[in-house]
Amino acid sequence: MSERAQAVGGPIFTRPVRLFAALFAVGLLMILWRLFAGLGATTALSDGYPWGLWIAFDVVVGTALACGGYAVGLLVYILNRGRYHPLIRPAILTSALGYTIAGISVFLDIGKPWIIWKVPLFVWSWNLNSALLEVALCIMSYMFVLWIELSPAFLEKLAEGPESGVKRFAQKTLPVMDKALLWIMGLGLLLPTMHQSSLGSLMVLSGPKLHPLWWSPFLPLLFLVSCIAMGYAAVVFESTLSTRFFGRRPETEMLAGLSGAMLPVLGGFLVLRFGDLAFRGKLALAFAFSRFALAFWIEIALTALPLVLLAPAARRRDPGNLFRAAMSMMLAGAVYRFNTYLVAYRPFDDVHYFPSVPELLITLGLVSLEIVGYVAIVKLFPIIGGAPERATAHS
Amino acid sequence: MQVNRRLVFKTFAAAGAAAVAKGTAEARVRPTAAPDAMGLLYDTTRCIGCKACVVACRQANDTKPETGNSPGGIWDTPMDLDGDTKTVIRLYKSADGAQWSYFKAQCMQCVDPACTNACMLGALKKRPGEHGIVSYDASKCIGCRYCQMACPFNIPKFQWTSNWPGIVKCELCRHRVQGAALTKSGGFSHYPAGHGPGCAEVCPRQAVIYGTREELLAEAKRRMAESPGRYVDKIYGEFDGGGTQCLYLSHVPFDKLRLPTLSNDPVPDVQQTIQHGIYQGFVAPVALYGLLTAVIWKNRKNPPPSSGAGEKGAPS
Repeated sequence: MSERAQAVGGPIFTRPVRLFAALFAVGLLMILWRLFAGLGATTALSDGYPWGLWIAFDVVVGTALACGGYAVGLLVYILNRGRYHPLIRPAILTSALGYTIAGISVFLDIGKPWIIWKVPLFVWSWNLNSALLEVALCIMSYMFVLWIELSPAFLEKLAEGPESGVKRFAQKTLPVMDKALLWIMGLGLLLPTMHQSSLGSLMVLSGPKLHPLWWSPFLPLLFLVSCIAMGYAAVVFESTLSTRFFGRRPETEMLAGLSGAMLPVLGGFLVLRFGDLAFRGKLALAFAFSRFALAFWIEIALTALPLVLLAPAARRRDPGNLFRAAMSMMLAGAVYRFNTYLVAYRPFDDVHYFPSVPELLITLGLVSLEIVGYVAIVKLFPIIGGAPERATAHS
Repeated sequence: MQVNRRLVFKTFAAAGAAAVAKGTAEARVRPTAAPDAMGLLYDTTRCIGCKACVVACRQANDTKPETGNSPGGIWDTPMDLDGDTKTVIRLYKSADGAQWSYFKAQCMQCVDPACTNACMLGALKKRPGEHGIVSYDASKCIGCRYCQMACPFNIPKFQWTSNWPGIVKCELCRHRVQGAALTKSGGFSHYPAGHGPGCAEVCPRQAVIYGTREELLAEAKRRMAESPGRYVDKIYGEFDGGGTQCLYLSHVPFDKLRLPTLSNDPVPDVQQTIQHGIYQGFVAPVALYGLLTAVIWKNRKNPPPSSGAGEKGAPS
């Protein structure tokens, strides 16, 4: 069952890819507008809701969905489950793309993007009490770590190319990378542990303005557990889709095992979520007649559904069932995070927020860029395994 | 492998337990107000809503009048604090109109502010020698707006209409001090005229006055003792959210004035206790990194039997 990753090959700009590229082009126009006209002119953000779609979705949800590399990394490198190894590279690719998109969104969201370099470089000004500083530095570093972790895929391709300086460089660098990767992988697991939990800590500070169904001193732990669940789900999602679209052999056996690993994570999340509410005596709020209670139960239902779907071990080998469970889990985490950052955030009762058209188009454009990037890289570089005997790809 | 995994779990659990125990055992040292901490005292029963303070604030801080809300755009009528307005007078009126009150909003100059704990580069900070004023340094602000998310009073405002925006909030006219001497007269520490907070200097009814926090608390208690039953029996800001340097006396419940109901614990307390518990001296992250790297190294040397041949050393 040893299978090396291979480039999928084939044309990149197929019809669906062209559609996503067009969506990105629209997003790019909106990005330019935002950069030249400012935040007030292009977004629905206000002093009441200073953080909106870009932070709540692109960054807080997006980076968690991009935790596939982290979640599978923990399984393969720490728990030594080598059989999941073929899932690592595609997971790292989606992670690298997801974090890059999040980075672009942060750049667009801050008021003075052109001085963002001050954050990593003004070391003497660092406020070590700031959870956001930690998140910012971690996410910036992790973005680089992910691309470095992925670099062997690019180097392998270059090393097989025609004789040239680039080829010799790639051949020389690969063994060095192999040794260096140990230290990089450690960072690749440490940094998400830090900043994914700190994404929860961020909202601990907003305490008085956050609905008590969401505010908790356990937000850091809840966010950490939720990102691992979302990471696994994203891997199942990504693998199922690329199997289908690139005509690869299904990785059902591997995904079934992976989904088994998700159960304790999801169960742990629910125990923690309800235990915390009960401990703080806020559980009654979940049974109040309010939009908050509704949002809470949507979140809980989406979290519990995959537990039900995946509980019978036999059902884990049904690709359709697996895919539905993964979708539900991704949505559950997304709703949980969205709730924490937007729905449960109540500056005053008379302030409302709904993203503006440019905000929506930019997010849509960036997600499209991620899809185009994934398809292009997977077709050009050895990322995914399971190539069929007749190694032709269609999409 | 079994032993190895158990070891990993144990170490994680121990590290986590240690962090939590440490965090809860030694909660952070809460900052207290310095004796020279300055602030404002606002008294709803004295305010006549003349808004001289709003105009004085505009002059003192050179901010643009907010004329958009008035017919023909001729009056300066800010509806709330915003990117051009550091103080504002709001009117509260109960549904039946029987109860009403003015309210002056501006930065509360918290004793233990959430914003200064949020700010990445310390653009918002209590700087030494500035009487506990939460001051703002635009050169260190990248416009992330976490201060806005953090502030329980929704005070910091963003310059949404600008394409090089920063944060706007009351800094108690610290730019007007210009080295002027603080002298005590009539029970209050004051600067020479023109060097103190613009709003307090012009108030014709002493509805808003300035001085050190201790002087203002004494004055508030004096007024309460002088007129029993006139005020709600509480000085807002004495303890709320860990205490503020700007204080309020009111004849209507404070929540009607849109002042949040806070516990006496400083707002940043829980978050800072957690963060410092985990990151104290950066020991835990370094230890975790060492542990992770060691386990990865060990696992790479001993790939599990189930992984099959050809797996060894395959990078990433």
